Amino acid sequence: MSASILPLTLDNISYSSNGQSIIDGISLAIEAGPSTIILGANGAGKSVLMRLMHGLLAPTTGRVRWNEPDAASLRRRQAMVFQRPVMLRRSALANVVYAMAVAGVPAAEREAQALTALDEVGLRQLAHRPARVLSGGEQQRLALARAWALHPEVLFLDEPTANLDPAAVREIETVIKAFDAAGTKIVMATHNLGQARRLGDEVIYLQAGRVMERAPIEQFFARPATADAAAFMKGELPWA
Amino acid sequence: MGAIAEGLRRVFELDSELWRIVLLSLEVSLSAVLLAALLGLPLAAALAVNRFPGRRGVVVTLNALMGLPPVVVGLLVYLLLSRAGPLGELGLLFTPGAMVVAQTILILPIIAALARQALEDAWREYDEQLRSLGARGMQAALTLLWDARFSLITAVLAGLGRAAAEVGAVMIVGGNIDGVTRVMTTAIALETSKGDLPLALGLGSVLIAIVLVLNSAAQLIKDAAQRRFG
Repeated sequence: MSASILPLTLDNISYSSNGQSIIDGISLAIEAGPSTIILGANGAGKSVLMRLMHGLLAPTTGRVRWNEPDAASLRRRQAMVFQRPVMLRRSALANVVYAMAVAGVPAAEREAQALTALDEVGLRQLAHRPARVLSGGEQQRLALARAWALHPEVLFLDEPTANLDPAAVREIETVIKAFDAAGTKIVMATHNLGQARRLGDEVIYLQAGRVMERAPIEQFFARPATADAAAFMKGELPWA
Repeated sequence: MGAIAEGLRRVFELDSELWRIVLLSLEVSLSAVLLAALLGLPLAAALAVNRFPGRRGVVVTLNALMGLPPVVVGLLVYLLLSRAGPLGELGLLFTPGAMVVAQTILILPIIAALARQALEDAWREYDEQLRSLGARGMQAALTLLWDARFSLITAVLAGLGRAAAEVGAVMIVGGNIDGVTRVMTTAIALETSKGDLPLALGLGSVLIAIVLVLNSAAQLIKDAAQRRFG
């Protein structure tokens, strides 16, 4: 494997849908290392920004650049976990194996690695259970196992614990920390301030499709640069 | 009711002749369903997954073709296969092969159009996830077909229902030849025109029973699988 696919550079990107501007001129660089939290209220454009970075959407104007020109290799070396994971109609194990097959992992290695990944997220004993009948928290952990098996350099997480109970949230945060410890760059969108603090090293604060502030996590929480970020935290704190 | 009972008794007196008719009906219709599914399901998946100019036109046309009148299909296949026709050399006219061809053309749009709708609904859910994993084109379409397999049973059953029930196409290209191309529906039409209503009713009851059994079996498989796999 060649040099890192990072940094990811967003070059004055905008995105609009049906004439409505959702991302409005964002320029930033995502470097290897610190876990990046994309924070902002509902509708600030967090999900769309993640999809633009991950390549699921193309920007209306501007450019998304990675340190890797080959599209297939780029796709192979990043993963995304969605707010609502989509499980294929087959066993938990087969879901992980499928992702590895698409990524071009040799057939002989898939099952063993998939089982290791299921172990990592604590789903080994459910390996042969149909994925779609798992609980919400288990499905999200399976989505993380699917990503784990691919050893991505960058993992995008779009509100991975929205709608989950506290126990499931804790389990998922543990896995995200394991990704970080294994050297995967974490880019996570959330509006949960407690989670941002527990998992993040730096914050990109988004409002109405613009980056209002980018700061180390402690600095952001202690002295938010904008009145808007301060108000957002005040409003959100009861749920933190 | 008495007429039906009398008809059923007469039907079972036909034994070997009846079973030949029943078997040929099943053979022709199931072959047509198999062929139409083999052609129609990949077509439906391609339409569900790909966006291209003119796609809407193709979808509308496919939906409209669900209403193809069997006699018109029969006529077209007749013209194709008749001795002077472009495919006349195959010598298929008035054989079960010709009936399979006609029924395949008749139900291909039904299976493809219904499957396209089911697959497109599933695709809305899968699109981003599969693209994120890096599955595209053919691979994504095959994944979608396999994952939506239970919903596709309904589309295939609709095709089977149409094939088993139609009389116009098989009558024209098969000719209702006793012992060669006579199937349930053409036999019923013949007995009715001869005035043997009890026998026609009896044959009709057997046809309905067969369709009912096939559909129930498919439905049971679908329900069990859906409970198991979610």
